[in-house]
Parts: sequence; C-alpha cells; structure tokens
Amino acid sequence: MRSAILAGALLAFATATSVHAQAIKLADVAELSGGGATVGTNWKNGIDLAIEEINAKGGVLGRKLEVTHADSQSNPGVARAQVQKALDAEPYVLLGPGYSGSVKVTAPLAAEAGIAQIMGGEAAELTQAGNKFLFRTSFGQQSSMPKVAKYIHDEMKAKSVAVVWVNNDFGRGGRDVVVKELDRLGSKVVADLSTEAGQADFAADVGKIKSANPDAVFVYLNEEESARILKELKRQGVTAPLMGETTLIGQKVIELAGDAANGARGHVGLTTDAPVDLIKAFREKFSKKYNYVPDHNGLKGYLAVYMVKATTEKMGKVDPKKFADTLHGLTIKAADEPGILMDVTFSETGDIDRQSFLVEVVEGKQVVKQVLPKVK
Amino acid sequence: MSNLFDLLVAGLATGAIYALVAVGFTLLWQTSQTINFAQGEFVMLPAFLMLAAMHAGAPFWLAIILGILLSMLLLGLAFKMLLVDPMMRHGVLPLAIATMALAIGIKESVKQFFSAEASPFPSIVPTGDISILGHAVSLQSIGVLVVAILAVFGLTSLLNRTSLGHQMQAAAQNPTVARIIGVPVERMILLTFLINAFLVALASLLITPIYLAKFSSGEVLGQAAFIAAIVGGFNQVRGAIAGGLLIGVLDNLAASYVSTQYRAAVPLIFLIVVILFRPQGLLGRAEERTA
Repeated sequence: MRSAILAGALLAFATATSVHAQAIKLADVAELSGGGATVGTNWKNGIDLAIEEINAKGGVLGRKLEVTHADSQSNPGVARAQVQKALDAEPYVLLGPGYSGSVKVTAPLAAEAGIAQIMGGEAAELTQAGNKFLFRTSFGQQSSMPKVAKYIHDEMKAKSVAVVWVNNDFGRGGRDVVVKELDRLGSKVVADLSTEAGQADFAADVGKIKSANPDAVFVYLNEEESARILKELKRQGVTAPLMGETTLIGQKVIELAGDAANGARGHVGLTTDAPVDLIKAFREKFSKKYNYVPDHNGLKGYLAVYMVKATTEKMGKVDPKKFADTLHGLTIKAADEPGILMDVTFSETGDIDRQSFLVEVVEGKQVVKQVLPKVK
Repeated sequence: MSNLFDLLVAGLATGAIYALVAVGFTLLWQTSQTINFAQGEFVMLPAFLMLAAMHAGAPFWLAIILGILLSMLLLGLAFKMLLVDPMMRHGVLPLAIATMALAIGIKESVKQFFSAEASPFPSIVPTGDISILGHAVSLQSIGVLVVAILAVFGLTSLLNRTSLGHQMQAAAQNPTVARIIGVPVERMILLTFLINAFLVALASLLITPIYLAKFSSGEVLGQAAFIAAIVGGFNQVRGAIAGGLLIGVLDNLAASYVSTQYRAAVPLIFLIVVILFRPQGLLGRAEERTA
C-alpha cells in the first residue's frame, strides 16, 4: 500500500515537472508600487489577461505561458536588481519595465544575457543605443513626432508654429524631432520656448507665444505643466489651435485645466477609446475581469504577450536566442493574430510603426477625431 | 509693446501675491523676530483645507471661510503657541531651523493625507477679458491685483490709523517701553500671527487657481516672498509690498527677455546687488529695533 502511494506521488511529481518544463517562462518587472503604480498595474493586468486567453486556447505551439511578476517600486535601482534576478531564472522573454528611466538601466542587462526585452518606455533614446534585444510596445518620439508635424502642416495648415517644451530628456527629445520635421515640411518655427519641469508660472512664456502670433502652438510638457499652460493660454486669450501628445489631452490634464483644455488636440498612439473593434473588445474583456477601464498601459502589457506569441509562431519553435532576430522587421497583421489589435511592423531598432489616433478635447471629454495611418 | 504691457500686468498680479506673503514675513519679524521659513507652505496649506472642506460637501464660499478660519487657528494660534513660544527663548536661529522642519512636516503631511498629484482649485474671479487702453487684460489678473491691493490697504490703514495698529507698532518697535505704557504686547504679537495667517490664506485663495493645489507649490512662493521682503526692506510693510511687486514684474520680464532657464537667478542677483549697496532694503530703515 505504502509503495503504491509512493509510486503515485512520484508519478504526480513527474507529471507536474514535465508540464512545468513545457511551459514557456516569461518574466515581468513592472512599477507595481510607488509613483508609477497605475502604469505598472495596468501593464501587469494586461499581461495576465493575454496569458489567460492564450492558455485557454491551448498556449503557444502547444505549450502554456507562465509569467512571474516583480515590483520595481518605480525606482530604476530596484528595477535593475529585479531584472537581474529575473534574468538569472533564464526566462524566454523579459517584459517591462514601463518607465523609460528604468528601461534605460535594465536594457544592457537583458542584452548581455541575450534575452529579448519588450517594454513600455517611450523616450526616443532607448532604441537609439544600438541595443539588438529591446522592443517597444508603443511609439517612441521618433515615430510619433513625424505624425504630429505632418498633422500640424497638412491638417492645421499652419505656416508658423510655436513650440513649447519641457527642458528634460523627454521634452528635448520630442522637441528636436518635431522641429526638424516641421522644418522639412515647410512650417516655420516662430517661437521655440523651453520651460522648466515643475514650472508654476507660464505668463511670460504665453506672452512670447502671443507676440509671435503663430498659426498653431505645439505643447510638449508633462501633465501638470500642460494644465497650467492651458489655463494661462486661455487667461491671455491665445486663440491659435493647440496640438500636443498624450500629455496634453490626458484625463488628468482635463481634470486640472477644466474648460481651458477644450479644443486642445493631441496625437495618441494607443487609447482604449479607439474606434477599432478589436480594441473595443479588449476594453470590454479587461473591464469585466478587473472592474475598471484600462489606460494605454493595459493595452501595452496585453500587446507585449501577443508579440511573444506571434513571433514564436513565426519561428515555429521556442528559441530565446533567435527571438529578437525574428521580431526585427516583422509585420504582424491583426487579421492573422487578433490579439495584436492593429497591424504593426517592428523596425530593425525595435521601434514600431502602427496606425494612431488624433484626439480632441470636446466639453471635457476625449474624442477620437481621426485615425492616422501607418507611416510606411 | 503689447507683450510688455501683458508682462507688466501678469507680473504685477503675481507680485501682489508675493507682496501679501512678504508682508507676513515682515510682520512676524518685526513683532517677534521670527523668520518663518515655512511661509511658502503656509500659503500652500489653506488651499488644501478649503479643498478638504469642499470634499466634505461644503459650498465654495463656505469652504473659503472655513479655510481662512482654520488657517488662523493652525498657522496663527497653534504656530505661535506650539512652536514659536517654546523655541523663541533659545534664540532666532533655532527658531528659524524649527520653521524649516515645520515646512517639511506640512509638505509631507499634505502629500501623505491628500495626494502627491496636483488638484484643480476653483477661482474666485471669473475667466474672461476686459479691455484696458486697447489691450485685452484677463479678469483673473485684475481680480488678483484688486483683492491683494484691498488687503494691503486694509492692513496699512489698520496699522497707521487705528489705536490697535499703533499699539501693534509700539509692541514691534520697543516692547519694553510699550509694556510700561500699558500696551498688551503679548496680545499684539498674537494678533500679528493671526494677521499673517489671514494674509497667507488669502494669497493661497488667489494663487492656487493658477498654480494648482500641490504639496510642493509653497517652495517657489516662499522663496520669492522671502527675497521680496529683503529687497523691499525686512522691517517695513511698505518695503515688503514694493519688493513683492518688483520681484513679480522682474521675474516675468527676466523670463521673457533674458531666458526661462535663468529666470529664477535674476531676482537672486538683484537681491545680492541690493544687499551690497543698500543692506536695509530699498524702503527699509537701518535696524532700529530694541529688544
């Protein structure tokens, strides 16, 4: 009797380890606490939702996906330690982090280990350092700014533009690309204004915009400063149309700026309000599972897992060393892989090309006004 | 030219708020030799008290009244009794350092109990423009200027034209003699703390709709008002007013005509020049207070 129990236990153990061996291991390091908790939690929930869906349909090449989540505490130092720990467990692919600063310090570790890293950061420089293992889930500035410049030139018909930017890596990166693109298209930058992070008083900056009298104003600041300048622009009666990015027309900016946000337009790479059936379905599934409406970080986490699935199926095998090579230059169509939500192409640098959206704030709400096509 | 006019109006409006805060600095210094490094946080806190009242269901006007009363209680009475009085007997420097600690305490508490993120704050002045000399000037700027001027006018009238004001000045200039002639010096000192609390609450009400309610917003204001008080003359209310307006205008002109990056440096350079050539401040008197 005892030997029968022992045999049964051994069999169960053997079965369990064999299933475990077959599972494809992913490691996620995200901002689950600290200042980026909203970003990281959305990202994590998106990942879990995608894995649940994929496993329910039989996994990837017949193997289940498994993920471990680690908390970076929104701190680049902690992120680096967590990524090192995650890489020591030899995952198939590394997911995260979401903050550009954390990505910047962890990307060399993943590259050294030869493990592909699919992350949420958007700073332009991340994919410009020649890292062959780093992939975005959303636009970097070098992808979004040309679309912004094109919209200002073609749709807003602006011959003269005032550019206001925040004097940090994020702001300078975006400003450099947009000014170059506007110049190339023939829209003249008549005011090029750098502002400080945390700046409270924008009266002088708006005064300069007023005296430059531009056809359009491009605002590229963080959320709180965006709200302050929107209020000041309204206070000083600037009527030129305002264009920005997600940071100009986000929900927090609308809440802070109130009426002053109305009419502001922004280019948005990913939004759960997008008029795309697959995104609407995602939003519904996510809201049902987690009881709240996800932001674009939920979409990013979800897409990261489907990038793993599509790339692995393209290779026809689970090979961490070939993963990055395969994803470079790959186009994934939503018709073939609905989980990717929109057709997407990955460049040799790990940047993405995908359709995006032009959003306008109308009576305190974001309204998608236009779908902007892929660049190529 | 139109730009210059706009800059002057915006600078005067901001400067008027600096003036309110700077006047508080000088009042506390004159009556109790308190250098309050938490003055910026004193401007930040009332907005959050008002927001808390609104979250509890109070209408805006009631929240303003409650916010001002609570400020006078916490930043006037409690500040004096719990921090200034016990520390004062150890000298000016320990007290100044204690106010620095208080500044950190207020800031972190607001972050802890409210939020680290900025919150919107309603304006008492409607948005919109009026035309002055052919220039469109925002009602908000005018409103801020008018309220601040009325407050300063009220204060100077109180100080110069009433018996209470004369007693306060006597208590400030020579407390020993004031006591001998029957001025209730302690009560006068408490009154200046309450007036300071009222002024910072008013400044908070005027500035927060523009700067947004945020735990860190006192840092800039405190520094600007401190510079304004020194530039104008730390021992003169009219000096603090002139200093506030001057710093507000200078800051805006510097941001526009020098550079945004160096805007914060320009008032400081001005401060150094004033200290080198007129140490008592532009309108200040050489120190004549006796302990």
